[in-house]
Order: sequence, then C-alpha cells, then structure tokens
Amino acid sequence: MEQSELMQPTHRSNRILQPARNWFIYLSLLIALGLTYIPTGRLPGVPDWVALVLAFWCVREPLRVGMGMGFVLGLLVDIGQGAAMGQHALAYVVLCFFASALSRRMLWFSAWQQAMHILPLLLLAQSIMVLVRLIGGAEFPGWWYFLSSFSSALLWAPLGFLLLLPQYQPVDRDDNRPI
Amino acid sequence: MSLAGHQSPPFFQRGLSPFARLLVFVALSLFILVADLRFRYLEVVRQGLSVVTHPLQLAAAAPVDFVRNAAVYFATLVEVQVENADLRRSQLEAAQRLLRFEQIERENQELRRLLMMSRSVAVHSLAAEILYDAPDPFARTVIIDKGGHHGVATGLAVVDANGMIGQVTRVYPIQSEVTLITDKEQSVPVQVERTGQRGVLVGGGKGPMELRHMPAESDIVAGDRLVTSGLDGFFLAGLPVAEVTLVVRDGEVFLTVFGEPLARVERAIQVLVLGRAEPAPSRPRASEAIPISADDLVDEAQASVEPEPDAEGAQ
Repeated sequence: MEQSELMQPTHRSNRILQPARNWFIYLSLLIALGLTYIPTGRLPGVPDWVALVLAFWCVREPLRVGMGMGFVLGLLVDIGQGAAMGQHALAYVVLCFFASALSRRMLWFSAWQQAMHILPLLLLAQSIMVLVRLIGGAEFPGWWYFLSSFSSALLWAPLGFLLLLPQYQPVDRDDNRPI
Repeated sequence: MSLAGHQSPPFFQRGLSPFARLLVFVALSLFILVADLRFRYLEVVRQGLSVVTHPLQLAAAAPVDFVRNAAVYFATLVEVQVENADLRRSQLEAAQRLLRFEQIERENQELRRLLMMSRSVAVHSLAAEILYDAPDPFARTVIIDKGGHHGVATGLAVVDANGMIGQVTRVYPIQSEVTLITDKEQSVPVQVERTGQRGVLVGGGKGPMELRHMPAESDIVAGDRLVTSGLDGFFLAGLPVAEVTLVVRDGEVFLTVFGEPLARVERAIQVLVLGRAEPAPSRPRASEAIPISADDLVDEAQASVEPEPDAEGAQ
C-alpha cells in the first residue's frame, strides 16, 4: 500500500473504512459551527469551516448529510454572524447539491485533486452570497473576500484525514483474509 | 433518497429527486432572504434562534477575549504611565469645562422657565466598549459589550469623544450590534450647525459621506459642522456627526455635498450609548391634523416640502 493511500483512503485504495457514526458527524459539524463563530473581525482568508465539513460529509456520506443539513446549518451561521437570514442557507444548499452530485466521482481522486474539485464549489457558494447581498444593497466587500475559499480548499486534505481517523479499522496483519 | 446525477430504479425511489429538493430549498432560502432583507420580518425568529446559538458563540469568543485580556496584562509600565498622564491632563480639562457646563445648564433652565418652554430632554447614557468588527463582511457593523440586559435598545445613538459613530441596530442579551454611520445603508437626519438647515447624511461605504436633499441655493460651505437634528425621534439633537469637506454647485436642483465623520468611526474603542431617558412623544398621524384656517394650510404645505428625515436610517 502506498503512503498516500494510507493517509487518505479513496476508491482506488484497498483499505476498508468502518461506517461513520452519526454522533461523530453531528459533533464535527457542531465544532465547525463553533469555529465559524470565533470573532476574527475583518481578517481576510479565514476558512469557512462549516462549508468545508459539510462538503466533506456530502461527499463521503451523501445519503446521510445533504441539502436539509446545509439549510439548517446555513441559518445558524446567518444568525451567529448577524448576516442576512438565508444567505448562508442558500449558499450551503447549492454547495451540498453539487458536492453530493460529485461524490461518486471525487473519491477516485487523490486528496489534492479532490481539493481542486471542491474549490469551484466553495467559490460558487461565496459568489452566491455576494450576489444576494449586492442585490440587497450592501457594498462589495473586496476581492479579499474570496481568499476564504482558497484557504478552505488548502485545508481539505488535512481536515479529511482528521475526519476519517475514527473510521479506520485497526490494521490487522492477516495475509489470508479474503478482503 | 437518490443522488444527483444518479438515477435509482423507479421501485427504489423514495421522496423527491435531488434537483426537486434543491429547488424547494432554494425557494425557501430566497423567501427567507426577502422577508429579512426587504421587510425585516424575521427579527423575532432571529432573536429566538440566537438563544440556541448563544452558548456556542460565548464559547467561541472565549479564546479571543483571553488574548485581548492577556495583551492588556502584558502592557508595559511606560505605556501605562504615559496613558495615565494623558488621562490626568484630559480629566483636568474636562473638569474645567464641566464647571462652566453646570453653570450654563442652570442658566439655560432658568431661561427656559422664563420663556415657559418645556424642559430639555433628559439623557440616558451608558459606557460601552467595542469588542470587534461584526463577522458579516458586507456591512460596516461592530459589536459592543453592552446588550439588552444593560438597557440597550435598537435605534439608540452611539458616540465617541468627538461625535457620533453609529446606531444600535440589533440587540443581543449581553452584546449589541452597531451599524456605523459610514455604512451604505445608514442615514442620519442632520442639520447644518451654522444655519440650522436640515438634510439627510448618508454613509458612503468606502467613499465619503453624502449630504442629500440640500437645495441649490442653500448656504453651506466646506468646513461647516453637521449635527443631528433629532427629528427622527431616536437621536438627541445636537450630536456632532460630520464636517462638510466639499460642496459641488453644478446647477442641479440639489447640491452635491460630501462630508467626513468627526468621530473616529472605524477606530473608536470606548463609546457611549445615548438615548432619551423617557420615550419620545408619539408622532401625530396625518388624519389627526385638523386644518383651522387657510394660513395653517399654507404652513402645512410648506412643511411638507421640507425633506423628511430618512425613515429607513432611523429604524
């Protein structure tokens, strides 16, 4: 087994994962929400933790985490950030739709190639928010706003490794095991 | 449930297709957005749900608070001594002015009594500290450390030592959100201090603030101070807001007037939340006005030509 496959199992690797536990999925989303609530002021390039973790579970567990979860979390982010209600909800619903549409395809790629798949989705989600707010009469926040998508995409691989840790089976050195 | 782009066989299909679900959620989001941005119907829902998010927000803010407090703790002795000397000097100046102020206020009350005018409005003020910029990058808003528990209400003016910096637009239990006067959506009813002429000062976002609805023949020059007119029933009259920097007389019906805020709007830390100690008198309704004579009608017609304070800015 190659080292990269050990870090991040994909469909190409022969490593078998345990199914993700429900409580772990919800806990990771809750922690992401907490990270988003950290008041960082106008610091550009702060990753959108909720979008990232949401996209991760939409890719890995598309039948359990989907647009409904995206909508609810989006509303909670809107309330916590004092943004327009529905702004993040709309963006996350679209993000979840495309992430789960890509789920069958993305897992054939390595972690960094997966990040390249996720980057346009994150940019699309941010563009939706900009568009909605500009129509609502707000001022354009500047191009630095989109830096957040790039820093989020950079974190895709390490975050994916962390979120897959509990699903790893103990390495069992049984050469005669059928799978 | 089936995945987008992957059709499941008809006899396994349950519920709506992914694309239909997307449309439902998008429609719902847009509905909520319009209800919130356009009509402000959802403040109650927001307040209710913020009870759920509040503990998480407090937990998330804890490390930031810790870093800020640690920075104060490790401030050097020299810095503190310099600041202390500054404060002593400014306190001495303030004490002198306060003595004169008390004398003038007594005199003012005496004069008002002689003229049989109503007493001047009692002021309710609350010191607060700006904690951080609000996370929403689309609006110029800051969070202050006083909220509903301390008596902050929406609509109150927020000032620093030099003038007005903004207005409380949203109140949480122990924090409030203040929209700065430089925000594009924020407007302040003002009057020119020198002439008393009224207008509406609108924030310009990244650009300068603009004083709207000044007729072409208005007497206004660069350097004039703009103070709140108090006509909106929220702000106290006479709070310094901005200084006129540029007046363009280009033959239009209204002048183009730009101004700069007097207060350190984007950099203030210690602020005061100012409000009336008692609620403002309710506005008369148009249907209650009973014209008595032709003169009154003329007066009323003239009054209606006067620019109305911007109702949106005073929400």
